[in-house]
Amino acid sequence: MTRRRELRVRHSGLPGLAALLAIVCAGALQGAYAQSLTTVSWGGSYGRAVNEGINIPFTAETGIRINVEDYNGGLAQIRAQVDVGNIHWDVVDLEIADAVRGCDEGLLELIDVASMPPGADGTPAEDDFTPDSRTECGVGAVYWSTVYAYNSENIPGEKPATMADFFDLDRFPVRRAMRRVPQVNLEFALIADGVPLDEVYAVLDTPEGLNRAFRKLETIKDEVIWWEAGAQPPQMLADGEVVMSTAYNGRIFNAQVLENQPFVIVWDGQLLDVGQIGIVAGTPRLEAALEYVAFASRAEQQAAVGRRISYSPTRRSGAPLVTTHVETGVDMAPHLPASPGNVDRALRYDWQWWVDNQDELNERFSAWLAR
Amino acid sequence: MLLVVPLLLFVGVTFLAPLGMMLLRSVHDPVVADALPETLGVLAEWDGEGLPPEAAYETIARELTRAREERTLGQVAGRVNRVESGMRSLFTRTARGLPEVTERPWREVMVELDEAWGQPAVWNAVRATGQRFTARHYLNAVDMQRLPDGSVARQPEERRIYLSLMWRTLWVSGAITVLCLLLGYPIAHLIAHSPPRRANLLLLLVLVPFWTSLLVRTTAWIVLLQTQGVLNDILVAIGLIGDDGRLTMIYNMTGTIVAMTHVLLPFMVLPLYSVMRAIPPRYMDAAASLGATPTQAFRRVYWPQTLPGVGAGSLLVFILAIGYYITPALVGGSSGQLISNMVAYHMQTSLNWGLAGALGGIMLAGVFVLYVLYDRLVGIERLSLS
Repeated sequence: MTRRRELRVRHSGLPGLAALLAIVCAGALQGAYAQSLTTVSWGGSYGRAVNEGINIPFTAETGIRINVEDYNGGLAQIRAQVDVGNIHWDVVDLEIADAVRGCDEGLLELIDVASMPPGADGTPAEDDFTPDSRTECGVGAVYWSTVYAYNSENIPGEKPATMADFFDLDRFPVRRAMRRVPQVNLEFALIADGVPLDEVYAVLDTPEGLNRAFRKLETIKDEVIWWEAGAQPPQMLADGEVVMSTAYNGRIFNAQVLENQPFVIVWDGQLLDVGQIGIVAGTPRLEAALEYVAFASRAEQQAAVGRRISYSPTRRSGAPLVTTHVETGVDMAPHLPASPGNVDRALRYDWQWWVDNQDELNERFSAWLAR
Repeated sequence: MLLVVPLLLFVGVTFLAPLGMMLLRSVHDPVVADALPETLGVLAEWDGEGLPPEAAYETIARELTRAREERTLGQVAGRVNRVESGMRSLFTRTARGLPEVTERPWREVMVELDEAWGQPAVWNAVRATGQRFTARHYLNAVDMQRLPDGSVARQPEERRIYLSLMWRTLWVSGAITVLCLLLGYPIAHLIAHSPPRRANLLLLLVLVPFWTSLLVRTTAWIVLLQTQGVLNDILVAIGLIGDDGRLTMIYNMTGTIVAMTHVLLPFMVLPLYSVMRAIPPRYMDAAASLGATPTQAFRRVYWPQTLPGVGAGSLLVFILAIGYYITPALVGGSSGQLISNMVAYHMQTSLNWGLAGALGGIMLAGVFVLYVLYDRLVGIERLSLS
């Protein structure tokens, strides 16, 4: 009896197995013939903007499917893939310092900016991209910045307006949050300490300047909570865990516009940086990847991202196309880091200086934190 | 025996081999040696005083240009930069600016490109990173450095970080182990000596968090403990603290210890429970009938029999705690970071895998020492995991 049942089970199992095999084979074939690309970005509200502004229209136009993966920056995963020779990431959204380092280390493909499509007004690509948004292996994607923002409901009376206010415990005896890395914070400390914007990196480059920056940070250390992921600052501001926080401007914008949070961005002393897209070296889908990068760097597509999250295009011809927010119709100009008015008191992030000093300063910063 | 071969192969390929490679990386780094062989040959004869001979400038100019063409320059520059900040851009800038041929001495050309080439520090850094086998990462991992003259000295004070983090990791793991034992022992006792139905229910309560994602549990603690969180709200509502006197229980060491104790508690309860269940209740009755007070009976009859479980649970919790990094990263703030957070940083961000390997190697050695100590003191054959 048992025997027979066993037999029957076996029989009924066979067709199922065959069907499974057929599905697996079909999947493999489809993978081989229908083109697909894996693009990697930062997730969250920015990832959504890239998906709606670039990925979906790209698939509609070319038929190439896009698999999206999220990461939190850094070159470790790219290096692992290139070292092993098993590349499954094709296009990556990079911080400019990583784009340069990755290029130096041979982890990224060289991209000729002249091969990118011309601007919306017909300007050749090499003139359309702002010079500081171009590197050998990366094409400029967005201008983004680190600013500080506060929750206006939790600051009665006088509001903070300058970088110095963020470091002023007497006038604003509230808790703050900062990113747990030395970069940006040391610059902010010097700006708050009265160093003119164009001298910040020159001062940082001296031992006395570094000590000065750490001393300034020391004055607020007891009131600082340190964040790591870009989604944390809006969360902590909303919870009331902190009243002021440094943050990526786009994340604060999203909380303001989509969640009606009473957050205010202070643009004074903002640190302006460029995000780039690059192609992982040795990808077997190089042609499609180049096609994607060319598509993503169109002025129209940059603007489509800019109309979903407040990051400015790196193409001159893209800037005027960023008009209103797609969902709410809010005028974008006052929210963009590179808009006149906002950019007046901006410091350009000197990635070159940080590439040189990162290792040493991270040890020093960690030691300082632990004390 | 043959049936075990696949498992052994699996363990070898997925565990022992990567571990070995990581340890190898911590002492072996051929990148600079491979890229600048001739320069290092010339530098081998240099006494380290003043500047090296013209031949060194000539060879490094040639080898830097070649490294740039082969796109290995970034790796070379990054390695040297770890010994001397500023070298990365010096190398990439120089390689970009070097002429192919020159009539003038190379030293003049290079010093003109960047005056750093006129300083011995650059050459010492090149020579230091040019060794294929090096103890540099291990020295760095214990806050030491090798000076240009070859002697070993401590890092300048503001860069000493790893030793203090290691001590902190040890005492935090120890504290968590003790807390887990104090909390887990009564729970395990209760479960082991409850009627089956209730025991199953209690066991389920221990296991459900065990099966829940680590991230979910850690985030739950953030919700509970933060300044505007549930616990503070309750304390304010019952008037124990004022609204402006809310306690800081997270983003510091308290948060790390509380969250990690909770996460690791099942690893203590389960071995204890399995050991306790095997202890017949009649032993305690017998002790009582022979005149022992409950305390005496516990101390002399019950407790010794649970020792294998206590040992197993403590060892398990302690070793897991030493390697934890997600929980401290999320709830640890600045004072709750552990050594594994630095390992993760060097793996993912700074790409200094040599140093990450050295830190990992030291931790591994620490665990081995612990294991041996345990074997000597308690005896490993008394360890009971099930």
